[in-house]
This record gives sequence, structure tokens and C-alpha cells, in this order.
Amino acid sequence: MSAPSRHGVSSRDSRDPIGYAVAAMNKLAQSDLLDRLGIRRQTEKAVFTVTRSGFRTATTAGRAFARAGRRGRAGTRPGAPRSRGVFDLTPTEDEQMLVDVVTELATEVVRPAAADADAACATPDEVLRAGNEIGLPILGVPEALGGLSEERTAMAGTLVAEALAKGDLGIAVAALAPGSVATALSLWGTDEQQATYLPAFTGDEPPAAALALTEPAVLFDALEPGTTATRIDDGYVLDGVKSLVPRGADAELFVVGARLDTGANALFLVEAGADGLSVEADPSMGVRAASLTKVVLDGVRVDEGALLGADDGTTYAECVRLSRLAWCALAVGTGQAVLDYVTPYVKEREAFGEPVAHRQSVAFMVADIAIELQAMRLLTYKAAGRVGAGKDARREIGLARELCASKGMKIGLDGVQLLGGHGFVKEHPVERWYRDLRAIGVMEGGVLV
Amino acid sequence: MISLDDPRKLVPLRDQAHQVAMNMLRPISRKYDAAEHEYPKELDLLAAMIDGLSESGASNGAGAGGVKRDEDTADDGKVKNGTNLASVLGIAEMCWGDVGLLLSLPRQGLGNSAIASVANAEQQKRFEGVWAGMAITEPGTGSDSANISTTAVLDGDEYVINGEKIFVTSGDRCDAVVVWATLDRSAGRAAIKSFVVPKGTPGMTVERLEHKLGIKASDTATIRFEDCRVPAENLLGSPDIDTKAGFGGAMATFDNTRPLVAAMAVGCARASLDLTRDLLERAGVDIDYDRPGHVQSAAAAKYLQMEADWEGARLLMLQAAWMADNGKPNSLEASMAKAKAGRVGSDVTLSCVELCGSVGYAEGELLEKWARDSKILDIFEGTQQIQQLIVARRVLGLTSAQLR
Repeated sequence: MSAPSRHGVSSRDSRDPIGYAVAAMNKLAQSDLLDRLGIRRQTEKAVFTVTRSGFRTATTAGRAFARAGRRGRAGTRPGAPRSRGVFDLTPTEDEQMLVDVVTELATEVVRPAAADADAACATPDEVLRAGNEIGLPILGVPEALGGLSEERTAMAGTLVAEALAKGDLGIAVAALAPGSVATALSLWGTDEQQATYLPAFTGDEPPAAALALTEPAVLFDALEPGTTATRIDDGYVLDGVKSLVPRGADAELFVVGARLDTGANALFLVEAGADGLSVEADPSMGVRAASLTKVVLDGVRVDEGALLGADDGTTYAECVRLSRLAWCALAVGTGQAVLDYVTPYVKEREAFGEPVAHRQSVAFMVADIAIELQAMRLLTYKAAGRVGAGKDARREIGLARELCASKGMKIGLDGVQLLGGHGFVKEHPVERWYRDLRAIGVMEGGVLV
Repeated sequence: MISLDDPRKLVPLRDQAHQVAMNMLRPISRKYDAAEHEYPKELDLLAAMIDGLSESGASNGAGAGGVKRDEDTADDGKVKNGTNLASVLGIAEMCWGDVGLLLSLPRQGLGNSAIASVANAEQQKRFEGVWAGMAITEPGTGSDSANISTTAVLDGDEYVINGEKIFVTSGDRCDAVVVWATLDRSAGRAAIKSFVVPKGTPGMTVERLEHKLGIKASDTATIRFEDCRVPAENLLGSPDIDTKAGFGGAMATFDNTRPLVAAMAVGCARASLDLTRDLLERAGVDIDYDRPGHVQSAAAAKYLQMEADWEGARLLMLQAAWMADNGKPNSLEASMAKAKAGRVGSDVTLSCVELCGSVGYAEGELLEKWARDSKILDIFEGTQQIQQLIVARRVLGLTSAQLR
């Protein structure tokens, strides 16, 4: 009996969860994609998209998602996690390979495209395609459903988000947005939902998709959404406005948070093109490469099968937490970008006859960036490790978010300060990181691990 | 495989230390804060118990001697959770009980850590069971420990030590003191060596005990050395003045003890957090980890910020200890841990007093005591500023001549 080519790997050898991701990555390493993109900056083009122009438009129906699978049946879930009870800071070999590949993408493709993508409020298609090619959208999708994971990959997702954000946070959000919906379907979808939507994500042209949880409200509390889901005979009617939704204009599928008549919160799958659904530009201080939009739901009717996960609030709360965890990882990656940038700068920049780094007031700012950044990273990893091991991580995610929001912003602030006036102009990326890091603690949804 | 929960095999040790802290240290905490310089006799029993635990192996090597880097097999063939992790976990719990009493525990002094870090095998054996204090600081030399003026001159097979040391923790109660002295003042930091000087050695005098802001249960002594002679084999490490190795020998102690001091700050701050949370809840303030601070009360928001900082300090502490357990150089991480834990210790304990108002400020609760105890932890074994200096030099790749 002959199996498909396994490159000399014995059939007794099974791939680890991320092994599949690494196999996918290998395709990238072999292709000339990086060479094609690495040196080519996105040409300045007048991108006239909804995200820049600000008009409101009905969402255009994307692909038709053919109903499949059984509604009442539970979906396929990532496998049960292992926990060895050993304190360890070492990523698995597979996670490390994954990080290496994503780091290369971040360095060679994402960073060079970042300034233009920020200005254009859009991430170039080639960059998004490169992300798709290495499997970003299906990192959290079980292998049995055509994805890359055998078990819960919260840690891998965290490491990937961090590595990608080191290139650019806005592009990272744009590239990871479809994966947030695919991961949500994997974690909470019914057989029908998975069979209907996931094949599109695991195919050659994964759709844009977005997890919409933020709302334009002062003192917004994600656990008190203003968007409502009113029960009707054969489904629900959704009303409300979601803000800061990544790539909403292109998205073919949304996961939207709303409050039920019962007072509990829940998630709903809403296809683009649904009557009453419209998007408008929501360009913001930062994260601009993610083409942020407002999504307006005005009497949008969905059927019963659109409810994603539990209707008692538990799925919704878990989703909010896992999204915050992803934002923490993005903050860590961006903070690292700041540290890596200011370190050589303060050693080269001279004032009063010597490098400014030789002054304690400057050097101590850099030291504090390094200390707080590592604290942010450890809190994020601890939370991700607990999620991956199937443990309760409510406290750990709450604390990680608190620290990443405050210290992340402080790092962005000091990054600009260390460059002085040069930090204020767009010749250097620190002003973009400053704008991007303000998103931590503000953004809910959009990304998910 | 990344996992930052407390190691499963050390949880029993951690919980046991917590029980000891709760049931043996807390009941006498206020007593010895009030009765400064009185010997906490209750600790003799505890020290004997800790010795017993060490002997039986039940302590997983925790304690002052646990900073030694040994060559045990890893727990799973790759990763080791060993004595350094056991020590920081144990010490944090004991300091949740009382920092001053932990510092007064017989045979658990920083001098013992120095011996464990620097001494050769013969010395380890010879000084086993000795309670050793640590004497570095001088009246004119604090953080600038390369500049000490205490001298050690070789005379036959003995060193003759002259000088004055201040801030010697357990300096009155200990059996011996590890003294830093220079063999040759013109040779700079490379000539600085540490010597074990047993109590009762002629020429060694405990001059006085300090009255302090906090950790009053711990005695802090001034010790004078006048033609004090110790055997040459009491010099820890190598007697050679190796300018290339520089300060490394003596300073290596700090890579090992800084995570321990971080652990003290982590434990002390946790005590404040635990009690404050309790008092806040009784006042109707609940902490919700799922909601941003700004939609909760200001007190809850402050609490979340403090606990997030505290968690960061604790994880940096665990990281430094884990690296030591696994034979990785951790000078940078040890200083990061101490810098973060030191400042978090102050912020947390002082803010908890503020949040609890006069209940926190008055001696009816221990919050005011913890706010006094915590301050020293951002000072000894390298101040906040020294840690920042070390971190900055490492991160920026600058020498001590470039970044002074």
C-alpha cells in the first residue's frame, strides 16, 4: 500500500499540530514570493476605496456560501490539549519554525509595505496573498476541516501575531482578520456552520472576513453591547453599529456580537450582502492598513442557524477574551519593533559630543522599555499557555490586557520621545507605532487566537 | 512548550511555605516590628524545620543555598524546574508572611547565597550549617561597590582584614560574615574578593544596630574589622587578581541573589494585594477581570493596574530563576526582575495604604508595615537605578565606561 509522498517520513511519524502549518510554510520558502515582494515597495497608487473616501455603501454580496452540514450537530473541535506542568519558556520546535517563517515575512514583506499601507488605508493584495499562502487564515482551523491544527493553537496564534506585528501592526490586523472568523467557526461552529463556511477559508482564495465587537460608544464595555438581536419566529433581527471593523468593505462574512432579549450576549454569523447591512469608512488614528470600517446593522434578519456558539453569554465572553489576548500579542510585537528601532538610533545620534545613549536619562528609558516589554510578553504567554492547555484564563487575559494597554502606549510614547523631533515626522516609523499602540485597550474583536 | 504556570512539582512546596508564613510568621509579625532588635526566638524552631526539609529533599533545594547551579537531570529530558525556581517560590511565600522575619531566618542569609554561588566544594562543605551574613557596603560606598576601601593583606597563611562595614543584615545574630575586601586598591574591581569571617574572630566588632524604616525584625549591624585575621582558605573563589575576569567572581553572587530579592518584593506586595482586595470587597468594590478599569470604580481600576504590574514582576522573577535552573546566563533578566519587582513593591504597598485610608495607615492592620518593609527591597542588592544601569548597558551593548 503506498501513501502519497511523505518525503521519507515514516507512517508511524505523525505531524504535530503545527507541523501542518510548517508544511504549508515550506511552500512559501520554496516559492519566489518573498523575492518578488521583498524589494518591491507598493507603488504609490490612488487607492479609491471606501476606507478612504468615507461614504456609506451597502455591502456587496460576496461568494455564495452553499448551506451544508447538519444544523443540530456539534462541529469538529481542536483536539484535547496536553499539559506537562513544567514551567518553560521554550517554544516547541514547530512553533519556532512558524515564528521564523512569519518573522521573515514580517521583515521582508510587511515592514517595507507598512508606510504606504498606512497612508493608503489599505494593505496591498500581494501582502495579503503572502499571508494567505503561509496559512494565516487557517492556523486555528482543525486539520480534519482542512486547516492546520490538531489541537488548540492559542500559543502558536499568539507567537504568530507577535511576529507579524513586529513588521507592522496595521498589516498584521488586515492579514489576521479572516483567521479570526475561521478560528471562531472552529471553536464554536456547528457542523452546518463549519461545513458551510470553512471550505472557503481552506480553499485557494480565502475570503476577507471580520470579527465585529467594538461599538462607537464612550466608555464602551464589550460585555455591554448596544447592538441587539431580537428573536423572531425563524431567527433574529440585528440592529446596531460596529466600529473599527478591519476590512469591513471587503469582508464576505462577519461575526457580530449582540445582546439577546434574554440579556445575554451572543455571536452571529452575518453574510455580506444581507439586507440592512452597510459599511462606511472608519479611518482612525492608527491601524490604518487594516482598512477600518463601521458596520451598520439596520434590521438585518438572520436565521436560527446564524447563532454562533452558546446563547447564554459564555461564548461571547470567551470570544472577547481571546480577541484581547491576540491584541496583547500584537502590542508585544509592536513594542519589540520600537525597542529594536530606538536601540541603534540612540547609539548613533550624537548630542553634546557623544551618543545620546551615553546619558542615563536616555539609557534608562530604553531599559524601562525592555523591562516592561518583557513583562508584557510574559503575561501574554502565560495567558496563551493557559488557553492552550484548556485552563481558565480570565484573570490572566485581563491582567495581560491591562499591562499591554498601559505599558504598550508608554513604549510608543517613549519611542517617539527618544527620537525627538525626528520621531514626530514620518521619515521614521515610531510615530506610526505610537498611533498603532493607542489601539491596545480600545480595540475589541478584529483578531482572535 | 511554553507554559508559565507555577511548576506542578513545586506547588506543594509553595503551598507549604504559604502555610508556614500564615501560621508561624504572621502571628509574630507585628510583635517584632514593634520590638526592634529583639531576637525572634520562634524562628529557631522554624529554621530547624527548614534544615530538616532540606536534608530530606522535600524542600526541592529551596532557600538561600538553592541558588547554586547544579547539574541535575532535567525534568522531562529538556527543561529543568530546579532549586532556583523552588527558592523564589518559597521565598515569595515566606515574605508574604513577613520580609523581616524571612531575613532573620537562621542559616538562610544572603551570605549563605554568596557561599553557595562562589565557594569551591571544600568550602561548601566546611561552611555547611553556618549562618552567614553579607558585608559589602561601607560608610562611604553604597552602590559603587567596586570602590570599597576595606583591605585584606596576605600575611603568611592568613589574610589580615581592616575596614568598616555597614548595613550587614543579621550581622549581630549570624555565625559568620562574608566580607568584601580588596587585595590591592590600585588594581580596581578585579582585586575585590570575599572572605568568610567567623563571629568571635579577634579584631571583629559589632559596633551597633540600626533603627530602620522597616524590616525591623531583621538586625542590621555595623561591623568594624581591626587587624582581623582569617585563614587564607576562607577566601571564596580564586585569590588571583584576574583583570579580565574583573568583578565577575564576586558579582556573580548578585545574578543569583537578585531574583531572591525580587521574590521578597513579590511576596510583600502580594500580602498587600490580598488584604486590600478583601477590604475592598467588604466595602462593596468587586474586581472584574473582564471589564476595563475605567468602567469600574477608580479603586478597582487601580487594583487591576497594580495586580497586572505585580504579575509582570512575578513572571520576570520566575524567568530569571528558570534561566538559572537551566544553565542560561541571566544577568540581564535578574536585573530586570529586581528592577520591576522593586518598584512594583513600592507602588503596590503604598497604593494599598492609600486605597484603604486610615485603615491602611494605622497599625491596626499590617498594610502600613508592608509599605515600610517594601522600600528596602528597591535598595539592597542593587538599587533601582543600578538595575536600570545594568539593563541599559546590556540592551544597548555599552560598557561601563560609555554608560556611567
